[in-house]
Amino acid sequence: MREIFTVSLIWSSTRLATPLVLAALGGMFSERSGVVNIALEGIMLAGAFSAAAVTYAVGNPWVGLLAGIGAGLLIAAIHALACIRYKANQVVSGTAINILMVGVPGFLSGAFFLSSGSTPQLPKEQLIPNTPIVIAALMVPLTWYVLYRTPFGLRLRSVGENPEAADAAGVSVERIRYTGVLLSGVLAGIGGAYLSIGQSSLFTRNMTSGRGFIALAALIFGKWRPVQTMLACLLFGFTEAVSIQMQGVVKLPSGADIPVQFISMVPYILTIVVLAGFIGHSRPPRAIGLPYQKER
Amino acid sequence: MLELRNITKRFGEVLANDQINIKVEAGTIHAIVGENGAGKSTAMRIAYGFYTADSGEILIDNQVCQIATPHDAIARGVGMVHQHFMLVAPMTVAENIVLGAEPGSQVSLDLAKAASEIRKLSEEFKLAVDPNAVVENLSVGQQQRVELLKALYRHAQLLILDEPTAVLTPQEVEEFFAILRRMRQQGKTVVIITHKLSEVLAISDEVTVMRDGRVVGRLQTKETNAAELARLMVGREVLLRVDKPEAKIGATKLKVSDLSVTTKDGSSRVDKVSFEVRAGEIVGIAGVEGNGQTELIEALSGLVESSQISGAIKFEGKDITRLGARLRRELGIAHIPEDRHRRGLLLEFDLAENSILGVHYRKPVVAYAGDIFLDNAAIRRRANEIIEAFDVRPANPDLPARSLSGGNQQKLIIGREFDLHPKLLLVSQPTRGVDIGAIEFIHRKLVALRDAGCAVLLVSAELEEVTSLSDRLLIIHKGRIVGEVDPKTATNEEIGLMMTGGH
Amino acid sequence: MKLISELIFPLIAVLAAFVVGGILVLIVGDSPIQTYKLLLGSALSWPDGIGYTLFNATPLIFTGLAVLVGFRCGLFNIGCEGQLYVAAFATAWVGITYASLSAWLLLPLCFLAAVFAGALWAAIPGVLKARFGSHEVINTIMLNFIAVALVGYFTQYHYRIPGDPIMQTSTIGPGAHIARLGKFVPGLPERIPLNLAFVFALIACVLVYLFLWRTKWGYEIRATGSNPTAAEYGGISIRKQIVLAMAVSGALAGMVGINEVLGYRYRYYDGFSAHYGFFGIAVALLGRNHPVGVLLSALLFGMLIRGGIFVDAFTNNITKDLVDVLQGVIILFVAAEAFFRGPISRYGLLRRSKV
Repeated sequence: MREIFTVSLIWSSTRLATPLVLAALGGMFSERSGVVNIALEGIMLAGAFSAAAVTYAVGNPWVGLLAGIGAGLLIAAIHALACIRYKANQVVSGTAINILMVGVPGFLSGAFFLSSGSTPQLPKEQLIPNTPIVIAALMVPLTWYVLYRTPFGLRLRSVGENPEAADAAGVSVERIRYTGVLLSGVLAGIGGAYLSIGQSSLFTRNMTSGRGFIALAALIFGKWRPVQTMLACLLFGFTEAVSIQMQGVVKLPSGADIPVQFISMVPYILTIVVLAGFIGHSRPPRAIGLPYQKER
Repeated sequence: MLELRNITKRFGEVLANDQINIKVEAGTIHAIVGENGAGKSTAMRIAYGFYTADSGEILIDNQVCQIATPHDAIARGVGMVHQHFMLVAPMTVAENIVLGAEPGSQVSLDLAKAASEIRKLSEEFKLAVDPNAVVENLSVGQQQRVELLKALYRHAQLLILDEPTAVLTPQEVEEFFAILRRMRQQGKTVVIITHKLSEVLAISDEVTVMRDGRVVGRLQTKETNAAELARLMVGREVLLRVDKPEAKIGATKLKVSDLSVTTKDGSSRVDKVSFEVRAGEIVGIAGVEGNGQTELIEALSGLVESSQISGAIKFEGKDITRLGARLRRELGIAHIPEDRHRRGLLLEFDLAENSILGVHYRKPVVAYAGDIFLDNAAIRRRANEIIEAFDVRPANPDLPARSLSGGNQQKLIIGREFDLHPKLLLVSQPTRGVDIGAIEFIHRKLVALRDAGCAVLLVSAELEEVTSLSDRLLIIHKGRIVGEVDPKTATNEEIGLMMTGGH
Repeated sequence: MKLISELIFPLIAVLAAFVVGGILVLIVGDSPIQTYKLLLGSALSWPDGIGYTLFNATPLIFTGLAVLVGFRCGLFNIGCEGQLYVAAFATAWVGITYASLSAWLLLPLCFLAAVFAGALWAAIPGVLKARFGSHEVINTIMLNFIAVALVGYFTQYHYRIPGDPIMQTSTIGPGAHIARLGKFVPGLPERIPLNLAFVFALIACVLVYLFLWRTKWGYEIRATGSNPTAAEYGGISIRKQIVLAMAVSGALAGMVGINEVLGYRYRYYDGFSAHYGFFGIAVALLGRNHPVGVLLSALLFGMLIRGGIFVDAFTNNITKDLVDVLQGVIILFVAAEAFFRGPISRYGLLRRSKV
C-alpha cells in the first residue's frame, strides 16, 4: 500500500487537477455572474482540439495555446449570445454546445487529418507540459483577488445574486455576464489545451471524458469560491491519480483487483452529498440560470 | 428639475402610460398619487431608465436627455428607491452602496474609504446604519436607509421614492418625513409615489394625480384637500360604505387558539393569536402590511408546514391544525389568495383548467376507470358557469389565464372558490390591482356569501375596505392581535393607533 | 394558427441547422447538396433505410418522452443516459439470471426490470430535490457517471464471459427475445434489428399523452411544472409530483433497454448508448415537449443517424460527425428561439393575436 503514496502520486494528482482547476475557475466567472455553464465540457473539447491541430499546423505550442484560448472564447461566445441576448435556457444551450463539440472536432479532423476524430501525434518538443500548471496555480489567487477585491468582482457577484439591484445601481448586467462567460471560455480553453498539448501529445475523440462536468462538480463542491474550488479539484485529481496507480498494482486482501470504477465514482458521489447539504450547505448564486428580463 | 413630456408606454395590451406630462420643480417635494395600476411607478421607472418609453421625452434641468439605463439617470443626478428594495442581500451595506460607483481604481476596491464616506453621509442626513453590516440581517427600515444612502452616495439631486411608507409604521413614517424635509432643506428634489392621501397632504409641496395611465391633475398641495384628490384619483365620489344588511350570526366555524407561525429560519411571524369566526359574519383583519397577515392566512389554509406552527386551529369543532390544504378544502374551507399570480392561477393554463384547481381530483371533474381521467365536458360546463356567474371577460374557457386583466383573473379565482360552496372563506387582498367596477362587484359577492351563512375572514391592506366590509374588526401588529373594534363606530385614528402598536 | 406557430420554429431551426451544416461541408471542400442527398436519400430507401431509421428512432422516442415528462413538471432530466444504462443492465441481468423461465414469465419480468430500474435510478435525484432541494440538473449529471461506472463494474467483474475481450455480458435466455418486425412486415428482412420495441414506443407516445393531459395525475404534474406555489395552493404535494415525474421519466428512459437488450443484442453491451439520453433533450425540445412532436423529431434524428453512416462512407471529407453537429445546432437554435422570433415578428408572420 505504501509505495503508491509517493511524490509521483502527488505530482500526478497536480497534473490531473490542472485542467479541472482551470475549467472550474472559468466556470466560477460564468456562474457567479448568473449564467449556468454546463458547456465547460464542450469548451474544453474545443480548446483541446484547436490547440493540438494548430500546434501541428504551425509547429509552435504557444500559437496552439492561443488557438485553444480562441476556440474557447468562440464557443463561450455562442453560449453567452444564446443565454444573454436570446434568453435561451442555459442548461439547454450548454447541452447543445456539448453535443456540437462531440461532432465538430470529429468533423474537422475527418476532413483535415483524414482520421476518425484525432489529430496527428506531436513531437515532444512541441508540447508545453508545465506552463499550464503554473497558470492554473497563479489563477487561484488572481481569481480570488478579482472576485473580492476589485470593482469588477463586486459587480460580478451582485449580478449573479440580484441582477435587478445591480441594474438599478447603474451596472450593465449584460456586459458583466458577457465578460463572465467569455472568461470561462478563456480558462476552460486553456484547460482543454493542456489536455492535448500538455498531458498528452495529440487530440483524441472525446478526450475530456467528462472533465468539464467534474470541474462543474468541483465548483459546486467548493461552494463557488476560488480556494475551496481548487482544493476540490485537487481532491478529484487525487482520486483519479489513485485509480490510475492502483490499477493492477494493489490487490484486495482476497487477491482480487480493486475495481477502478468505485474510485472514479468518488467525485460524483461527494458532489451529490454536498449538494444535499450533508456536509455544509452549498448555496448557488441566487439568480443563477435566470435570464435577466428588464421589462415584465 | 425633472419633466416628462408626452410619455407613452405599453406592456403588451396594457397602456400603462398614455401621453403623460409630469413636471417637478427643483427643491420641492412632489407627490404622485393614484390607485394601484394607475401608472405612477411605470412613469418614474421610465424617468430612472428602468423602462424605455415608447414615445415622449424626458427633460432634466430643462434639457432633453436620453435615459436608456439607470446608469444614464444616475449620471444626471437622479436616484430612485424602489418599492421592492434593490439590494444584494448577502453583501454588506458598504458593498451595496458603492456597487456601480466604486471608489478607488478599477483594479482595487477601496471599501475602507467607502465606509468612511458612508459614515459622513449618514451623519449629515441622520441615516444611522453600520456600513459593515450584512444587508439581509437588517430590518426593513434600515434597508430603506441603505437605499437612500445609495442614492445620496451617487450625488443624486433628485430622489424618486416609490411607496416608501408601505413598510413603515406611522411613527417611522414621521421620522422618514423628517428626513425628506431635511433633504429638501439641503436643496434636493424629492418625488414620492404613494396612494395614501394623508401622506400627500402631510409632506408634499405639489401633487400630480394619475388615473388609468393618464395624468388627471396637477395641484398645489396647499390649495387642495383629501376629498378633491380622492375624487380625481377614482374619477367619482368615493363610495365609503358598502351597503349590507345586519349580520345574521350563526355557529362558530373557525376557532383559532394560541396560533403561532415561525419562518423556516425560526423568526416569529404570528404570535399566539386567538380568535373566532362565526357563520354569517365577516371578520376583518387590519394592519400594516407585513405584520403576519400573509402567514396567518396561509397557516389557516394549510399552506404552512406543520413544523412551523404551534397552537390549535379548529373548524366546526374538529382540530385541523395538521391537515393539508387539500383536506381543508374538502371540509369546506375556501381560500382567495393575496397574490393571484403566485398562488391563485396557472397562468399558462386555460381558464377551464384553472377553474378546477383544487378540485381536479374528485367528482364531478373526474370520471372513467376509477375516476382517474379528467372529464373535459364536465370541466367546460363548470368553467362556463363560473365565467357567466362572475362575469369573467373575455368569456372564453380556452384562453390562457395570462391573457386576462387583473380584475378578470381575480373574478375567475373568486368564482372558483365560491363554487365550492364554502362554509369558511379565507380572503386576502380581494381587490388588489383590480379596476373600480370589479371592486364593487367583488364586494357585493362577498357580502352575499356572508348573508348566505358563510363565515368570512378578510385581510386587506386597504383600511377603507376592511372597515366597510367587516362586521367585526381585529387589528394585527407584529404578529399579534392587539385589539378588536366595531368597524361601524371606530375611527380611522383609533384603528391607526392600534395598527402601530401604540395602544 | 396555433399549430402553425408550434411548427414554424422547429422547422426553421432544422432548416437553419442544415444551412450551418452545409456551410461547414463547403468549407471542408465537399458539396452540401450531394452530402444532404446522400444523408436523406439513404435513410429513406426500402427496406434498409427506413428499417434502420425507425430502429434508430426507437430509443430517441423513449428518451424524448422521458425528457418531456420531466420538463412538464419543471424538471430537467439530463440523467436519461444513466437511467437507460442502469435499466438495460437490469434487463439483461433478469434475462441472464432467469434464462430458463418460459417466455410468458421471463418477458414481463425483463420488461418490469427495465421500467423499474430506470424509474428507481431517476427517483434518486427526484427524492434529493424533494427532500433537500438540491438541483436535479447537477444530480442527474453526477448519477450518469455513477451509473456508467457501476454497470461497467458489474459487467467487467461479474457478468462477462471469462476471456471475452469485449465489455459485454453473456446472453439472455431465448424466452426474453422480442420479435423483429421483419417477422410481420413483408419485404422487411429480419436481419434489420427493428423490433417490437418500436411499436411499444408508439404506444408510449399515446400513453404519455393520455397520462399528462387526460388524467388527474398528469394535471398535477403539469400544474407543478407551471406554477409550483399555485399547485401547492390547489392541494397538490409538490414533493410527491417531483418524485413521481422523475420516476415516470426514468421509466420511459429505461425502456430503451427493451429495444437494446430484448430486441437487438440479446445481452448488455457496455457503452451501447450513442448519447441517446442527451439526444432525448434535443428530441423533446424540437418536439415542443409534445408526444407528437417527440415522435416526429425522433424520426428526423433517426434518419440523420442512418444517413450519417453513408455520408461517412461515400464522401471524401465528411464523417458521420456531421450528424452530431447538425443535432447540436438544431438544439441551439430551438433554445435561442428569440433569434428567429425577432425577424419573423417584424415581418408580421406571427403577430400576437389580440385577445
